[in-house]
Amino acid sequence: MLEKILVLLCLPSALAQHLCTPGASDGYKVRLSIKTALGDQAYVWNENEMFLFRATLAFAMRTHFNGQMYNVSNIVVCDETPRVSFWFVVTSPLDTSTLVDRKDVEEAVRKSRNRINSAFLLTDKTLEFIGIAPTLAAPVYPDPPPWLIVFGVVMGAVGAGIIILLVTSVLQKKRKKNEKSEGEDDEEDTRVKTVENGTASDGVYNMSFSDDERFTKM
Amino acid sequence: MELPKWDNKVQYLLTCIGFAVGLGNVWRFPYLCQIYGGGAFLIPYLIALVFEGLPLLYLELAIGQRLRMGSIGVWNSISPLLGGVGIASMLVSFLVGIFYNTILAWVLWYLFHSFQNPLPWSQCPLNDNLTGYNVECEKSTPVNYFWYRETLNITPDIETSGSLQWWLVICLASAWCVVYICFIKGIESVGKAVYVTATFPYLVLTIFLIRALTLPGATDGLVYLFTPDWEILKNPQVWLDASTQIFFSLSVAFGGLIAFSSYNEERNNCERDAVLVGVINSATSLYASIPIFAILGFKATTAYNSCIKGYVCTHTLCNSKASFVFLFDTNEADSFYISSFMLPHYFLASLPQSASGTGLAFIVFTEAVIEMPGSQIWAILFFVMLFSLGLSSMFGNIEGVLTPINDLKLVPKWIPKELLTAIICLVAFLTALIFTLGSGNYWVEVFNSYVGSVPLLIIAFFEITGVIYVRGMKNFSEDIYFMTGNRPNIFWKACWMVISPLMLLVVLIAYVVVQAQTTPSYPTWNPAYVSKSRVLTWRLKPYPDWVFAIIILLCVLPVISIPLVALYKLICCRIKKSSARTDLNPYCNDGFEVETREQQNQRA
Repeated sequence: MLEKILVLLCLPSALAQHLCTPGASDGYKVRLSIKTALGDQAYVWNENEMFLFRATLAFAMRTHFNGQMYNVSNIVVCDETPRVSFWFVVTSPLDTSTLVDRKDVEEAVRKSRNRINSAFLLTDKTLEFIGIAPTLAAPVYPDPPPWLIVFGVVMGAVGAGIIILLVTSVLQKKRKKNEKSEGEDDEEDTRVKTVENGTASDGVYNMSFSDDERFTKM
Repeated sequence: MELPKWDNKVQYLLTCIGFAVGLGNVWRFPYLCQIYGGGAFLIPYLIALVFEGLPLLYLELAIGQRLRMGSIGVWNSISPLLGGVGIASMLVSFLVGIFYNTILAWVLWYLFHSFQNPLPWSQCPLNDNLTGYNVECEKSTPVNYFWYRETLNITPDIETSGSLQWWLVICLASAWCVVYICFIKGIESVGKAVYVTATFPYLVLTIFLIRALTLPGATDGLVYLFTPDWEILKNPQVWLDASTQIFFSLSVAFGGLIAFSSYNEERNNCERDAVLVGVINSATSLYASIPIFAILGFKATTAYNSCIKGYVCTHTLCNSKASFVFLFDTNEADSFYISSFMLPHYFLASLPQSASGTGLAFIVFTEAVIEMPGSQIWAILFFVMLFSLGLSSMFGNIEGVLTPINDLKLVPKWIPKELLTAIICLVAFLTALIFTLGSGNYWVEVFNSYVGSVPLLIIAFFEITGVIYVRGMKNFSEDIYFMTGNRPNIFWKACWMVISPLMLLVVLIAYVVVQAQTTPSYPTWNPAYVSKSRVLTWRLKPYPDWVFAIIILLCVLPVISIPLVALYKLICCRIKKSSARTDLNPYCNDGFEVETREQQNQRA
């Protein structure tokens, strides 16, 4: 009787073990690189660590499928290697002979990836689920983009400079005009044309005349 | 309205130096020096400077200072038949100015982005479902992606025009606004702006020099740059490139130098000025190549170290020969084989075309800056330096357009010069919008290679023959005696009369022949095309026929004005032969006549 009970108890796990094979369509390969990640502080991979892994994965399945009670026994592991890689499949809690679909497992892992990583002090690169691409942290894009802020500052300064310079030159011209009209009233009688010859720009600079000046050394 | 003048001699010299020293000194000369065997290249370079560059420079400064007019006025004075040379200078200045300022717009874009941490070109953006990096970026490098996709948003080839990129349009607008604010009062404001724009690059180059020499691998780069390869002197291409480099570097034939020296006082020693400007220009090129190559050496060493450590090679230099680099998994302890020639020297030797021009500034250098601690500061310094260098050269270009317009007396007197400058800047900005299209970079290459080359050589040739043979060597010597108190010595005379025109003619013909031999092609960036090594990089494509027609048009258009104006003046002269002589004569001075008429009107 006892033997029958034992056989019956062992059967599900034996059956479940049968479901897990390397290359199973609903299974995933996991690879851990503990030494690469932790160096001197690397922990030894043993049965307890494997138990923790199965527990965290059960946690991930529970979180994703709210309500379904996944247990450690639902996570079946096989094909362990000492450089720490293994295959796992997830059996449904309702029926231990059927496997949970690959897509669901992937979603569950992706959702709780951060928690699984931190349970083992590892990162996306050192705890790899072959086939599940890690969701990279969305980069923070501040709005408005910083380059527009710098552009705004520069353009504002340049624009203000242009306006200031234009306004000052217009004011200067107005002032000159007022002074000139006042000056003309005073100087009407005492204008000397020959002195103003140099500043009037209507004339054409005549080279031949200035050359003559130099050659006639009397 | 009084004639504008320089406040002091220093402003004039700084403006001329700023015009001559431009982006080419930083990104063209070091590249040429390196591909033509380092130290040996200096020999043809210095020979070209002494026999071609300095005489042309002296000629332009002297003739502008003597005749005291812009390029159109000067050539009209020498002979009415030569008026076309001035118009050609003006057109070339305008065409070069519009694409040059587009490069400055790109520099501004990078400058605005240098204020972020981390720098945007240091990492790839994520793809849409956040599971990995953007595909185009992964196939190339983050720096390439930022330049070709996020900055230019480049189309696969020049035939696909794409649309206007709004961010480039606003950067272009800000570049033109900065040019306008410096030019708002003519040379009064320019003279003050050059105190900053002409001196700041030297400060930054010195800072970079000190920093670069302390980086690991700097000596590799410098040794590679200056190791002379004497065999290279037998290659005529070297002499051609040295002559063209000197010629384009000094910015002669633009008309800007003539305009600048026309604002000088009459009795100024332009011989000393010319030698000073020429020597400083070449010295700056040499001085700039030291930090550039020290940093390139550092970059090569970093890439080499990354490859040795076994990380995935994501640097441009690694990808250029990616088939030799084995990508491997960091988890597996499998051994890998590194090819024996993957030394830092190898990385330097495989510096492709990207080490000159925009490739140097926006790809190679930005990649180097990421590796340096405190990247933002170095990036900001570098781009502000590039902007100052380019801005001071833009002053010369704009001056080469403004002064001839004043000479032509097209503009009525009541339009103030601020308004005229604004109109010119606005027209230039609107024309330059073609460079903000998706295919804009390809058009900048077209303009850079063809507008800024053959027409300038032709204009310079006409300049030198016009002054020496039409005006006469004797008259010109007297002009110089009047200005400086000494007649030009036998060296200058020999250069002006024989050596320089001959060199110009040989360079012009050789240049045209070399260009005609190769089918002109351009580097394209096509994300759909992936090379055998599964790496995305630029790829050469030949120009389509209609673009070729536009190239011919761009080369011919400025130069066509020389024969056209000569013909026009000949025909006009023949018609007007019977009418009163318009020659100047010592006893007939228009200024005097106008005043007496005014006097009569007012007294009446």
